[in-house]
Amino acid sequence: MPPFRPILAALRYHKAGAVLIALQVALTLAVVCNALFVIEQRLQRLSRDTGIAESELMVVNNTWVAPAAEVPSRQAADVAMLRALPGVADAYATNAFPLLGGSWQSGIRLDPMSKHFISDGASLYFVDDHALHTLGVKIASGRNFRPEEIGALAPNASADSPTIIVTRTLAQRAFPDGHALGKAIYIGNSDARPSTIIGIVDHVQTPETRSGEDIRWQDAIFVPLRITDNRAFFVIRAQPGRLPALLHSVPDALKALSSRRVIPQPHGVMPFTQVRDLAYRSDRGLAWMLAGICVTLLVVTAAGIVGLTSFWVGQRRRQIGIRRALGATRGDILVYFLTENGLISLAGALVGVVLAFVLNAWMMQAFEASRLSTLYVGCGVLILLLLGQLAVLSPARRASRVPPVEATRTI
Amino acid sequence: MFGYYVQLGLRSLRRNPVLTLLMVLVIAVGVAASMTSYAVFRVTSGDPIPEKSSQLFVAQIDNYGPDNSDGEPLWWLTWRDAMALVNAHKAKRQTPLYPIGVSIVPDDPNTMASPARGYAVQTDMFPMFNVPFLFGAPWSATDDTDSARVVVIGKSLNDRVFGGANSVGREIDLDGTNFRVVGVTAPWEARPRFFDLDSKGGFGDMGEIYMPFARAIADGLHPAGGNLCNRPFKPGWDNFVHSECIFISFWAELPDAASATAYRQFLNDYSAEQTRSGRFSWPPNVRLRNVMDWLDVRHVVPPEAKMGLLVSGAFLVICLINVIGLLLAKFMRRAPEIGIRRALGASRGAIYAQFLLEAASVGLAGGLLGVILTAAGTLCIGAVFDPAIANLVHMSLPLLGLTVLVALASTLVAAFYPTWRASKVQPAWQLKAS
Repeated sequence: MPPFRPILAALRYHKAGAVLIALQVALTLAVVCNALFVIEQRLQRLSRDTGIAESELMVVNNTWVAPAAEVPSRQAADVAMLRALPGVADAYATNAFPLLGGSWQSGIRLDPMSKHFISDGASLYFVDDHALHTLGVKIASGRNFRPEEIGALAPNASADSPTIIVTRTLAQRAFPDGHALGKAIYIGNSDARPSTIIGIVDHVQTPETRSGEDIRWQDAIFVPLRITDNRAFFVIRAQPGRLPALLHSVPDALKALSSRRVIPQPHGVMPFTQVRDLAYRSDRGLAWMLAGICVTLLVVTAAGIVGLTSFWVGQRRRQIGIRRALGATRGDILVYFLTENGLISLAGALVGVVLAFVLNAWMMQAFEASRLSTLYVGCGVLILLLLGQLAVLSPARRASRVPPVEATRTI
Repeated sequence: MFGYYVQLGLRSLRRNPVLTLLMVLVIAVGVAASMTSYAVFRVTSGDPIPEKSSQLFVAQIDNYGPDNSDGEPLWWLTWRDAMALVNAHKAKRQTPLYPIGVSIVPDDPNTMASPARGYAVQTDMFPMFNVPFLFGAPWSATDDTDSARVVVIGKSLNDRVFGGANSVGREIDLDGTNFRVVGVTAPWEARPRFFDLDSKGGFGDMGEIYMPFARAIADGLHPAGGNLCNRPFKPGWDNFVHSECIFISFWAELPDAASATAYRQFLNDYSAEQTRSGRFSWPPNVRLRNVMDWLDVRHVVPPEAKMGLLVSGAFLVICLINVIGLLLAKFMRRAPEIGIRRALGASRGAIYAQFLLEAASVGLAGGLLGVILTAAGTLCIGAVFDPAIANLVHMSLPLLGLTVLVALASTLVAAFYPTWRASKVQPAWQLKAS
């Protein structure tokens, strides 16, 4: 049992230093807890599964320079050429793909006149019958589109189609009884035609990457309509090991077919890994920045504890010498300083816990952050107490080596 | 005396170099982190057009009603509402605006076309937003009414297509049709880009092609920013334009408070008229916001910037508490020396001067190191923020000065308590003890 009472009594003689350390521990705890929490949330966000065969996919951002009437035939020619290109497993043209950053979103209802939406903004992928094979998405129940079901999305037309394929999340929400196949939902405004669910896929992520869209990240619908805009994305699945070569041969082949097109630089031709990198850039960056700040903060706090404790040890050499002369062992001195720091840090940590929740409450209001889990606060308290003990170890050991003779030296 | 204190200070700093170095490092890191975050916050929260931000207004008219909004009208207008505001001519200057994307088709059929981003606007936009011209001038008001095939292009596009020469009067092929260049803008910046907050969150380029609004509509140039259709609409561009789909921003220049109030009333009357005619079934719900209010309501400052500022601010405070502790240790260790100086006749003021000066030299060193770290920090912003934002943040002379100043000021604040304690040292006590 460490000697608490003399330690507390002695603390009264260096209140300022003790308060400074406690304050520093409190603030560090508050910041580190919240930072770790934000980091964890961001990491969780960026490790979400898109549900597609990312490592074998590439995308091309293509705009045809052609009158509207010629666009469908140019698109058909390009897609046919790409599918025949050596190394290509499959390909299709579309308006969007997972993690693109935004696309066509539409409200989904069971009744077009109802005010109740199943999804406020499900993301629409306009595709043909090759899309699921290209993406590597398996039909969990039902079937894929048939070639004759693929229609054309007239410019500025509404997006409903007689047949659609939806994600399980969306199907479950629309029909909680689990029987979504063959049922109809309504995409778009009050004049929408019914769209019958002919297939359900387990999971595909939407193009949306904004954090405000996180609640809908699985609300995706495949609509069998060819887009007729001048701009389209080609999504291309490479045969195993052929992706690096395709990144060069695809744009060359497209240009060779016709140069009346725009493929922007940079980011016109990207492997999917790059799409992912770009989509989560700020999440990853923020996580790194906060992690850096946390580490620096802990180092700074530790350094402060080392500095102040060293000063105290220097100040109290005589008292330590007297205690040693009166029979205290080296271990007693070591325990004394460790306990002293433990008490100060604990006091700081208690204040820090309160501060951490206050900071979290404010962040919830300002950044739509979620409630700080107590696990993080607990971990934070442990980290800081441990850090304090480690920091104080070296000055405390120095103190324990003060010889008893020191007691007689300066008097 | 000053020279003597500086000498004393430097000698003391050299006496325990580890402690000194620690303090300098802590100050430098704390200041650099907060200055880097501040620099980002500054560019994302600044006034993009200070000389006119209180005179430029964006109009919002709720055309979907209470069912489709939580009281706030949506960000864009329909074509018919925008045209009604244009034709009313109630503002000193005014322009409808929407983002467009075109393909620049080269003469050589074997070269691929290149993309260009810009805006469909009316000629008033250029003087309204203080757009500088390198060559030529905005198109005429008649060009707007005649939907003429003319364009103003940006310097970057002019460099790319015309090699930087004066291209006024020359033709440029956009999507397969020739347009006549009437003006070339000099590089200009509005950050945030208040008139288009939809692309890259309002940061990035100003666009490099500006086309008469009526021409863009006639040619069926799709809005490149976004659009929203909460009512049934029929296929085809013309039906889209005449539908309740919204995609246009409307900006008005209103030089004083009276004209702004009058314009707000006009918007209200216009909306009431729509209700009377049966198009709207709700009371007028309109907004007229100036630039800064608009940036505020659109939450332009990225949450990462605010969070960075908050975290690094807390970081600086913790660093300062640390410095207080270290300075306290450093100063109090010299209590005997202070005692002797006081006994030999030095006043409290002299002790104050000596120790504050010593702290200041630490602060200055921390500030100088902080400048280097801040410069390094500004280079790393690209890792956290979109390049569009990162490109705006540079190490500048004001930022450099601010870094040193903040380091110096915060160290002096931190030094105040330790110095006060040092000045309180009792000479008699110290002399006796040693």
